[in-house]
Amino acid sequence: MNLFTELREGLSISWSAIRANKLRSALTTLGIVIGIVTVTLMGTAIQGLNSSFVQSVSSIGADVLFVDRRNWINQSAQDWIRGQKRPPLTLAMADGLARQLTMASAIAPVADDNADVKYKKRRSSGVNIIGTTENYEITMGLTVETGRFLTAGECSGGRPVCVLGAMAATNLFQGESPLGEKILIGQHQFEVVGVLEKLGGMAGNGGVDDQIIIPLPQFTQNLDHNPDYEMQIKISHVEQMEDAVEEVRVVMRRLRQLPPGTPDNFAINQQDQFLKLFHQLAGTIGGVGLFITGLSLFVGGIGIMNIMFVSVAERTREIGVRKAIGAKRRTILLQFLIEAASICLLGGLIALAIAWPATLLLNKVMPSSLSLGIVGVALLVSLVTGVLSGFFPAWRAARMNPVDALRNE
Amino acid sequence: MGTETVHALREVSLEIAKGEYVAIMGPSGSGKSTLMNLLGCLDSPSGGSYELNGNRVSEMNDNQLAEIRNREIGFIFQTFNLLPRSDALRNVELPLVYAGVAPSQRRKAALDTLASVGLAERVHHKPNELSGGQRQRVAVARALVNRPSILLADEPTGNLDSKTGAEIMALFENLANQGNTIIVVTHEEAIARQSRRIIRIRDGLIASDERIR
Repeated sequence: MNLFTELREGLSISWSAIRANKLRSALTTLGIVIGIVTVTLMGTAIQGLNSSFVQSVSSIGADVLFVDRRNWINQSAQDWIRGQKRPPLTLAMADGLARQLTMASAIAPVADDNADVKYKKRRSSGVNIIGTTENYEITMGLTVETGRFLTAGECSGGRPVCVLGAMAATNLFQGESPLGEKILIGQHQFEVVGVLEKLGGMAGNGGVDDQIIIPLPQFTQNLDHNPDYEMQIKISHVEQMEDAVEEVRVVMRRLRQLPPGTPDNFAINQQDQFLKLFHQLAGTIGGVGLFITGLSLFVGGIGIMNIMFVSVAERTREIGVRKAIGAKRRTILLQFLIEAASICLLGGLIALAIAWPATLLLNKVMPSSLSLGIVGVALLVSLVTGVLSGFFPAWRAARMNPVDALRNE
Repeated sequence: MGTETVHALREVSLEIAKGEYVAIMGPSGSGKSTLMNLLGCLDSPSGGSYELNGNRVSEMNDNQLAEIRNREIGFIFQTFNLLPRSDALRNVELPLVYAGVAPSQRRKAALDTLASVGLAERVHHKPNELSGGQRQRVAVARALVNRPSILLADEPTGNLDSKTGAEIMALFENLANQGNTIIVVTHEEAIARQSRRIIRIRDGLIASDERIR
């Protein structure tokens, strides 16, 4: 008997066995359904978290260098302390960088702070206030939805104007048009000249969407006289990133007047550092999450194994008859393996039918969708669970001695 | 501590020719079941040899035994041993399934064999929808469908009333007349009397071997 016929026979036998014990099969399947649903949802959630983070981070732009006093990511407490001790960056360095860099297309000094913001009676507390220049629009790759961005004139010391992030605008104005209106940032009045397009990103924390951008002179005058600047440098050609980093380093050392041999007292940060850290973190979280949810699948698998043992014991006589008639070990093994795999696969399919609407619900909290990859993996996992947990009982059945099996009552 | 080896059969030397209709008799514990298991290739002997149709069965492994059972032996059991969830046709098809016969062919063969035992009208009935006699006929059809060398029946009338028992024995007579080799294991003298040769087993030995017709 060739493998194809064996598979087909095994399928029809297992199908009739499953139908003959409907309640039992349903209960056993339930274990697998729960396991696969949790694993699938976990997988979807992790994927969603990943994509929303990557989306947030990539709004930063891969072609932008961030010169800070400190590294964004510190490997140790000492690193952090060392960073704290470094002298701050000054506004003069922004001019120096602008003059000396050849590979940069735009440079924006950025200072930030949190402040409470008020419009009429509405308050928004802890909004991220960015003090910067007109170049910030370029370095951050921002798009203005209504109105306009800050002008060069305003940024070299003009009127108190501001541009709102999409979320900051909705929070304060709730559908009214903000253009031309006056808001209070801290104690000072600013006129809204533009609203940015929504960027999207991490759930909860609005990130780039919950910010208000004001000209740097206004920032130093009204919010923080001596801020910790960050220099954002957009590179003309992203493929020359490494050279650009080197050039920035050289120029910065010159501006900082560092003698050769001393270490840098500034940090050049990039988006991919973030991504690297995040992927590490997400990998750990995902691994732990999948392990925990995988446990429920494991329990489901044990249920299958248990019921297959019962099934084998119950059908000892049938196994004896089949063997007497000419079934080989492989045939019997396959028959029970297919039965276990079918139960699990059925469970997997039901689980996907449950997980699909669940991901749609999940989608309200974070970007998530049941990808074809996850569907494939879920079905594969349920199949493998079936085969693994069915193997031992099936092996026992296959090895039965026909004489003993036939004698069984 | 040790395990004591019990020899259910000793120094049994036996030859059965093609076309014979043999009854094996003996009280329980005599070793007749062991002999039947050996003849039916369900078990291999711990010593000695068994040759069936030119195959040295005593030296075969599990899978080879399964193959030879499928090809050479048709079993008929006291308790019928039909698969309860499958209809008569499917039960009779089973040996052909394991032999790897194509579906259309095996269906035809199974239908023909069921007709030959008088069950043409009952092919789609499940075992629990059939009478005891009809069940045993299905079992006979299943044993016959592969055209085996030996029909091996273990107390074939043990679970039947005397009337249906007689019907089954008439069926056997018929099959014997057609040239089938039949071995009936029984403890009933009346059943054994209907065969043509009676082999009596006692204490693991052949006590007598007589041709009666």
